[in-house]
Amino acid sequence: MSDDILISADRLTVGYPLGNSILRKSVLKAVNEVSVHIERGSFFGLVGESGSGKTTLGRALLKAAPITEGRAIYRDDEVEYDLSTLDGAELKDYRKRAQLIFQDPYAALSPRMTVRDIIAEPLEVMGLTASRQETDERVREIAAKCRLNLEHLRRFPHAFSGGQRQRISIARALVSGPKFVVADESVAALDVSIQADVLNLLKQLQSDLGLTFMFISHDLSVVAHTCDHVAVMYLGRLVESAPTRKLFAMPRHPYTRALFSAIPSLDPDDRGKAQKLEGEIPSPLNQPPGCKFHTRCPNAIDRCKREEPRLEDPGDGHEVSCHRWRELLETVPA
Amino acid sequence: MSSLIDVENLTLQFRTDEGLVTAVDDVSFSLAKGEVIGLVGESGSGKSVTAKSLMHLNARNALYAPQSKITLYTDAGEVDVLSLRTARELNVVRGGAISMIFQEPMASFAPAITIGSQMVEQLQLHGDMSKAQARKISVEMLDRVGISDPHKRIDQFAFELSGGMRQRAMIAMALSTQPKLLIADEPTTALDVTIQAQVIDLMKDLVNEFHMGIIFITHDLGVVAQTADKVCVMYLGRMVEEGPVREVIRHPKHPYTRGLIQALPRLDDLDSPLTPVPGDIPSPLERPSGCVFHTRCQEILGDICKSALPHDTQLDATHRVACHLHDTKEVGA
Repeated sequence: MSDDILISADRLTVGYPLGNSILRKSVLKAVNEVSVHIERGSFFGLVGESGSGKTTLGRALLKAAPITEGRAIYRDDEVEYDLSTLDGAELKDYRKRAQLIFQDPYAALSPRMTVRDIIAEPLEVMGLTASRQETDERVREIAAKCRLNLEHLRRFPHAFSGGQRQRISIARALVSGPKFVVADESVAALDVSIQADVLNLLKQLQSDLGLTFMFISHDLSVVAHTCDHVAVMYLGRLVESAPTRKLFAMPRHPYTRALFSAIPSLDPDDRGKAQKLEGEIPSPLNQPPGCKFHTRCPNAIDRCKREEPRLEDPGDGHEVSCHRWRELLETVPA
Repeated sequence: MSSLIDVENLTLQFRTDEGLVTAVDDVSFSLAKGEVIGLVGESGSGKSVTAKSLMHLNARNALYAPQSKITLYTDAGEVDVLSLRTARELNVVRGGAISMIFQEPMASFAPAITIGSQMVEQLQLHGDMSKAQARKISVEMLDRVGISDPHKRIDQFAFELSGGMRQRAMIAMALSTQPKLLIADEPTTALDVTIQAQVIDLMKDLVNEFHMGIIFITHDLGVVAQTADKVCVMYLGRMVEEGPVREVIRHPKHPYTRGLIQALPRLDDLDSPLTPVPGDIPSPLERPSGCVFHTRCQEILGDICKSALPHDTQLDATHRVACHLHDTKEVGA
């Protein structure tokens, strides 16, 4: 793999065994043969509805969900790890290199710990500092980068607003000096006015600290503004993956197009123009045959019901998994 | 259009250990039959508390100021909502003329009772009907909101339904008593965009069909643009701007409304930087003096914003704003 790729997943599958019956063992595949390559220093966006497997993929790359098939390689300047077999001391080392920022800043922070203790906890658990003094120093350093001042460190989380709390969770995730950070719906619980502030902070931290982000979100407009590359998932599969500009200029998969048109427009005269998607995402236990999206796809034909499309790259780095994307580009305007 | 509910000078404080906290400060608006109002603001702006006042649903430590008045116009005549006391009197506004849909549908259904029993129970409470009748109406309502197989679904529990389905069931339940006013408190915030679009469509259809008024509480101006006729923007308990949806979104007059619109990530312009409203909403315990927004305002005029409360300025017949930038009246001492 090339030098500028930090994480490379190849046909990665996360399966959970379901109750065993005598006749057969069934496995729920939350993520099914997904291949992604995340460049160093990039902001990689992962989009999809609930149940599409985006969180599970993020967790698998953090080695927090079991990788049952396929491979994922992490490589920075110092180490190279195969995530499917990682354990012991190497896994411990990986924990400080890869971190997670959670969705809900109200649930993620212990109400009984001061902000200083919350941020210092990863350092203490991982034994990354030699003395309390050093711990304090690192906490103050990262807190300042996340725009928290000394006064804030002495207080408890209840005294803070949503935006401030999310800055505390960010500081906690970054204090161990990770290279790779998964931000799982990190702005979804925040008000729009604060959301922009947290997104700008993440961008700032990325360039200051040389971080690589995987940004998981269901909000395409947020992804459009922050990410360099966007991958769209549906029912455990990758259906489209492209550099942000290309994806937003001309989405190729009918699902991506539907996600676009579902965003409520700010123009009151746009009402009812959106192409609405019928129904809901099917249960992963009861997956339709053929293309997983055909049950809701406005453009499905018989072939889609029988044959599952493969993710193809037509040569321009804009991958799509749809039988009909070429003809749809010509016949159905985005 | 005739008025459905009038809210006049609503002022509401909560008694807490740390003292009196003002949650709503001198808010007035009215809603006509068949009209949809979008109530917009950040968390802590008082929008949910305002809506709950209409059903007299706020906790016991709520203190309504004496000049507050909420008048509901029903077929049987005017009802002074804030004077209602007993449970029987309150039935008129709670589930009778007014229904409410909450943000988190999983938390709003009792987990151990079937959807059907909950729907039947409230129908029997509010209308004089037999169990069989109530069940028939419930099935019809579930069918109407687009739940497939309503005969089977009605005997299921909330956990057996998906998020979108639960919210549909919630809407069916809220509408089965045929309320005149529906309060929807962030009904689509917990849903995926695709499901949100479906629920918004459904609610628009229902307004036309049942001709009721809706108060739509949300922090998403996109949702408001798609649903509401009129927008009320709230900040720290005060109504800072009110007007027709096109006016307010295209020509916002209050700096806070402008800030909210600019903070939205726009798909048609990926190069524009995201501009947050700077700072955080202050704690209601430390309400700023003068204009409550002056601590975060980008267009602050000077001392007047810090010391004097801006008057409501009527820009035209329907658009009003409370900001010194537009204040044409002389500011008294």
